[in-house]
Amino acid sequence: MKYAVLSGKGGTGKTLVSVNLAAVAKNPIYVDCDVEEPNGHLFFKPRGIKNEAVTVKIPVVDEDLCLGCRKCVDFCKFNALASVIDKLIVFEEVCHACGGCMLLCPNNALTERDKVIGEITSGDSETVKVISGILNTGETSGIPIIKKLLAKIVNEKATVVIDCPPGSACIVMESIRDADYCILVAEPTVFGLHNLKMVYELVKLFNKPHGVVINKALKNNHLINDFCCENEITVLTEIPFDSELGQLNSNGEIAARKSAAYHDLFSTLLQTVVKEVEHETVAHS
Amino acid sequence: MKQLLILSGKGGTGKTTVASAFIKLAQAKAYADCDVDAPNLQLVLEQSGQPESNDFFGMPKAEINTMLCAKCDRCREHCRFDAVSVIDDVYSIDPFACEGCGVCEIVCPVRAITLKPLVSGELVLYKSETVVFSTAQLKMGSGTSGMLVTEVKKEMKAVDVGADLAIIDGSPGIGCPVIASISGVDMVLIVAEPSVSGISDMERIIKTAKIFHAKIAVCVNKYDTNLEKTRAIRDYCQQHEIPYIGEIPYDEKVVKTVNEGLTIVDVFCDAGSAVQEVFNRTMKEMNP
Ligand code: SF4
Ligand code: SF4
Repeated sequence: MKYAVLSGKGGTGKTLVSVNLAAVAKNPIYVDCDVEEPNGHLFFKPRGIKNEAVTVKIPVVDEDLCLGCRKCVDFCKFNALASVIDKLIVFEEVCHACGGCMLLCPNNALTERDKVIGEITSGDSETVKVISGILNTGETSGIPIIKKLLAKIVNEKATVVIDCPPGSACIVMESIRDADYCILVAEPTVFGLHNLKMVYELVKLFNKPHGVVINKALKNNHLINDFCCENEITVLTEIPFDSELGQLNSNGEIAARKSAAYHDLFSTLLQTVVKEVEHETVAHS
Repeated sequence: MKQLLILSGKGGTGKTTVASAFIKLAQAKAYADCDVDAPNLQLVLEQSGQPESNDFFGMPKAEINTMLCAKCDRCREHCRFDAVSVIDDVYSIDPFACEGCGVCEIVCPVRAITLKPLVSGELVLYKSETVVFSTAQLKMGSGTSGMLVTEVKKEMKAVDVGADLAIIDGSPGIGCPVIASISGVDMVLIVAEPSVSGISDMERIIKTAKIFHAKIAVCVNKYDTNLEKTRAIRDYCQQHEIPYIGEIPYDEKVVKTVNEGLTIVDVFCDAGSAVQEVFNRTMKEMNP
């Protein structure tokens, strides 16, 4: 079963929920797709780390062969190539590695080399297998890393918790494509509601079964509840605003491993989600 | 006009709360929200008048004319973004996966593929004689947020209201939209959170900002939720010679205030007075 944990934005507790959910599951895999700011490993502190570089193909020009015809320059939609005084320059940072320039060059002056844009690390933390993707600073797109991460779990039968990147851009869509269920984490503030609406649109677009977890819940706050009620969205659980939890979390501890009460809360959440998925499968078959 | 960009590495640290307070305190005449994925600034800053809104066209996307398609499979073979799919022997392009590179267009032997412009967001500009506020909303699943961020800043700068300071609420993360928001600004104020994750995010955003030679300063939000981590941030700044310009306490009134659509300097609260301090020092740092 694959569970994707989403939030319209960072900082709402997406990592808190994914990390703790993985921590209470049996032999799960935790996948951190928030490649720009991966934080899951800070909590799990996995051991037996293995690294694997993620590369993209960047064009390299052989100046002796280049005719200066500018065919490649005119083609590149990302302005990654420029021809200055008959010399071809490649701007690696904006290259999308589409390979078009190479196809077009009439004199085979362009070849490709692998450029490292980040890495995937995997290790173990108790029974949890932790896989994270990390984008190098200065790189513009983590999509190739996310693709590689998700390719690793395509045929996984185990419980997989996918900690998605924030927002609702294309990169998030990649992450939820194969998920069986989406957990939307929201904070009960006007910002939180605004952001929730956006991921909600996203899961609806992809027709994914989904439910909401309210984080930092306050006693008399109806913002999120009302929205969920109106749209018939299941509220899976409410995580109270609690300074003990805040303290554990800010120190990089996993609450479910440190506190019996939080172990219960997240186990119940997991059970609820499992039931929701079963229900969905019955309803759709 | 000097430009101050507020960043956090990640959302949720109070970036927008700080940015909106700064805008009020500076009585800024020019400001922008570059968090095009989830813009929040308009929720706390009341705007008068109707905004001008314009469609934003990002990268064009490929489209296959199935009448012409010869099913030669070349487009699928050459697409590095796996955007071409074949269902029941019919070729089509997934607009969410397509990056608009145009490779399929050039390899197609029968010219069945063309790149078509596609609306990928909306630019929203509020302007009066004295104030300009530029913001935008990216359409779901669009990948061109960097380009949209650049447009948001351009729209803000194009309106001359005689502002000498512009305040920009940046985008979260370290990727393309953040890089687009950093380019050309005079200073970056990083709002950090005192937690293990917050420190990791801060270090990454500092590295990114340094690549672009931006002047940097750091402040800590909700500093009293973890004093030890706050100290760690202060030490980090000292070690790396980054101006550490203050801290804002956790304050229950913040959520209440923001939920009422106000900024934290519109009411009397501890966080509000602290942010005033941070603002003064930021201004000093920016205009030494
Ligand atoms: S691979 Fe594509 S993006 Fe990169 S330089 Fe060539 S044409 Fe441009
Ligand atoms: S297409 Fe080939 S020959 Fe022409 S400018 Fe580019 S690299 Fe040089």
